[in-house]
Amino acid sequence: MILSRRTMIGGLLASMPVVAMAANAEYKIAPVAVADGVWMIHGDDAPILPTNGGAIANIAIIATPAGTVLVDSGPSLRYGRALKTVAEQVTGKPVIRVYVTHLHPDHGMGIAAFDPAIVAALPQTIGDMQRDGRGFADAMYRILGDWMRGTELLLPGRRIEQASEDFGGRTLRLLPLSGHSAADLALLDESTGTLIAGDLLFHDRAPSTPTADLAKWRQSLDALKAVPHHGAIPGHGPFDPSGGAAIAQTRDWIDWLEASLTEAVKSGLDMVEAGNIDIPPRFAGMAAARYELQRSVSHLYPGLEAALLPRVDIQDR
Amino acid sequence: MKRRIPTLILLCAGALLASAPASARAPYPDDPLASPMWQAHATTIFGDDPVRFDPRVKVAFPEIAENQRSFPVALDARGIGPVKRMVIFADLNPIPIAIDYRPKAAEPYIATRIKLDQRTPVRGAVQLADGQWLVSGGWVDAAGGGCSAPPVSRVKGDWAQHLGEMRGEAWPAPGANGGGGVSRLRITFRHPMDTGFVANIPTYNIEAMEVRSASGAVLGDMDIWASVSEDPAITLMPQARAGETLTVEGRDSNGRDYIARVPVSQQSPMPLAAAR
Repeated sequence: MILSRRTMIGGLLASMPVVAMAANAEYKIAPVAVADGVWMIHGDDAPILPTNGGAIANIAIIATPAGTVLVDSGPSLRYGRALKTVAEQVTGKPVIRVYVTHLHPDHGMGIAAFDPAIVAALPQTIGDMQRDGRGFADAMYRILGDWMRGTELLLPGRRIEQASEDFGGRTLRLLPLSGHSAADLALLDESTGTLIAGDLLFHDRAPSTPTADLAKWRQSLDALKAVPHHGAIPGHGPFDPSGGAAIAQTRDWIDWLEASLTEAVKSGLDMVEAGNIDIPPRFAGMAAARYELQRSVSHLYPGLEAALLPRVDIQDR
Repeated sequence: MKRRIPTLILLCAGALLASAPASARAPYPDDPLASPMWQAHATTIFGDDPVRFDPRVKVAFPEIAENQRSFPVALDARGIGPVKRMVIFADLNPIPIAIDYRPKAAEPYIATRIKLDQRTPVRGAVQLADGQWLVSGGWVDAAGGGCSAPPVSRVKGDWAQHLGEMRGEAWPAPGANGGGGVSRLRITFRHPMDTGFVANIPTYNIEAMEVRSASGAVLGDMDIWASVSEDPAITLMPQARAGETLTVEGRDSNGRDYIARVPVSQQSPMPLAAAR
């Protein structure tokens, strides 16, 4: 028997039913109304996994007189298309604007389903997506496989340089902040006082820090606190009806994280050990806490070591 | 496409050749990780010594390989008995061995960070005084390219400005049986640790390190390969009391020497470390 490349691949697929089933899987998108004309789609409070297709980020849908506005677009072309269909069913109006809150692929790769001319982001975010997007795409395809099929890296076509945008009388205030990444967009729906915070806020789901600047993140949390608002849609985790709980919890975690990793370096712990320190009981209800702690050790520990361990080399021998 | 076929045949022939010597000797125990490279690495590392998989050898690493250029691994064989060698290796790395450590007057413990070039078993092997090897480890899923991506300091271009900078600290640590006289030493180097797999950058890595007591006795020494991460960070537990000064000496593959003195602090271990 002569094995061609094609028959080999066919044989592989036949022996891997799980992979075959993953092909053409559909996202289940269920918007929940959180305020008048505002819906939230609650992403899976878990890491990016083949079982969730990478749909871990929260998405906001806002109905305006001028059309439907989306905040973030999910991880893939397939998600973005399904999102567009669901959002237009819910509001009865076509999508006219898609905001990308920051550069991370679970929030922005779904813009592949939209015309870049209606997709808006902070200028720094567009530059960062241009720089890192290819690498993010590679990582997403590696983990998610078929879920990503057809997803091309697109860049938002509109640079956000104004303080607000009006959609036929419904005004969205645009808050250019940073800290979770180099540029984080938060939005305030002025008519309902709903804060849509992107990944500046995590709620009952541990914050992630791959591109974080913790000092700037704290400043941004202060800024969000100072914006009068009612409920808050976090980037990950359930809706926060109080509007303050997610801000306090995100701050509590990053303060604890930095203090604990600092103490770990000063106590002589290696990175493996620092990733295994006890997580306080008050974070017990936080999804993915150990996972994000270990990721944060990877992101932050070398910098803390360089800052805290003294120089010991002898130059003149 | 046609040109690839002879390559494939060569690879297959190579695999047969590689397995031939293994079949001539008494077989090693079956690998619980079912790695395609187990027999080959066992032949290279263990030779004719007896080998056993033993969960008392603790190979600890995070649940996620967040950075395939820098994956933390700790190998801990405390409480098993006298240990003379400790090897950290990743089966499917192009440079499989990361560190080959000989704790002479030190607790059998070492932690560092390694590169991962793909999904691979990451293992620790510990040789006891009687010659037998105890092995443990697990599969780690990782994005590819940890060994073939250029080091960050090469991309930034500042590697030479910081080459040889060493940071470190040492603290009194509880011994394996709660006894005193053991320290916990952490040492970091600025070094690109070039693997030779990045175009036009030849292999350049720290290849040896030893720790000595104030009297000059070697407490532990090791061979280091380029599969250890850029800017190596190493944690050891040499026998030294508070107030003693440890000397750490390293050498890289260009013959550059590195030396540092690290006093063991007088402070008692902080709560986090004591919990270990």
